[in-house]
Amino acid sequence: MAEAEPNGVNAKSMTIIVTKGSLDWAYPPFILGTTAAAMGVDVTMFFTFYGLSLLKKKLDLQVSALGNPAMKMPMMGMHMGMPNIVNMLPGVDAAASVMMKNMIKKKGVASIEELREAAIESDINVIACQMTMDLFEFKKEDMIDGVKLGGAATYMEQALKSHINLYI
Amino acid sequence: MADKTLDAKGLNCPLPILRAKKTLKDVPRGGTLEILATDPGSVADFAAFCKTTGNELMESTADGGVYRFLIKHTG
Repeated sequence: MAEAEPNGVNAKSMTIIVTKGSLDWAYPPFILGTTAAAMGVDVTMFFTFYGLSLLKKKLDLQVSALGNPAMKMPMMGMHMGMPNIVNMLPGVDAAASVMMKNMIKKKGVASIEELREAAIESDINVIACQMTMDLFEFKKEDMIDGVKLGGAATYMEQALKSHINLYI
Repeated sequence: MADKTLDAKGLNCPLPILRAKKTLKDVPRGGTLEILATDPGSVADFAAFCKTTGNELMESTADGGVYRFLIKHTG
């Protein structure tokens, strides 16, 4: 936190609303959140809807190329997309997710588990949306430790005094 | 000779910065931290990190695909 950390020349704050829970979409909020915290910024991450699944104790994140023409994976010396009709077959998403995770490991990119741990360690204020918890029937004990519950007003209180507010 | 060295080779964004921040805590104020990295993005990122946190980037060099940064803990 900025005040506990003598490095906080930067008494600035940022909030991120995290709405998506697929492996690819999990990266931008965690990368920006942890990096900002490392740069002395006071960070709040508000997890809502599918973003909530990023707080579950056991992560099983997947990617899907279905309806995502920009997702081209390096294969056989080129970049290959996946026709939607192939992507609809059972097991194709799972295979693409395994490929993506292998690529992530090979390239020295952090895992989401690792970034999430860094987020908690660097005192990022992690808020789980109470309404979505109820809607999807998640229990607080399904979530990692260090998560606070809150609603739109809790988020707004922080957002109104923050320098940067992102919606991802 | 730096007070501490962090080997961040093979790590990609944002890990070199996160590890550097963590390691800086163990470097006394006024002391130096040497970081070795292979992520080409780390050149711009360490400059931005130091500028924002008030730490001094004393050296930023490259040698055979390895980038070396020397940071003085002044932030």
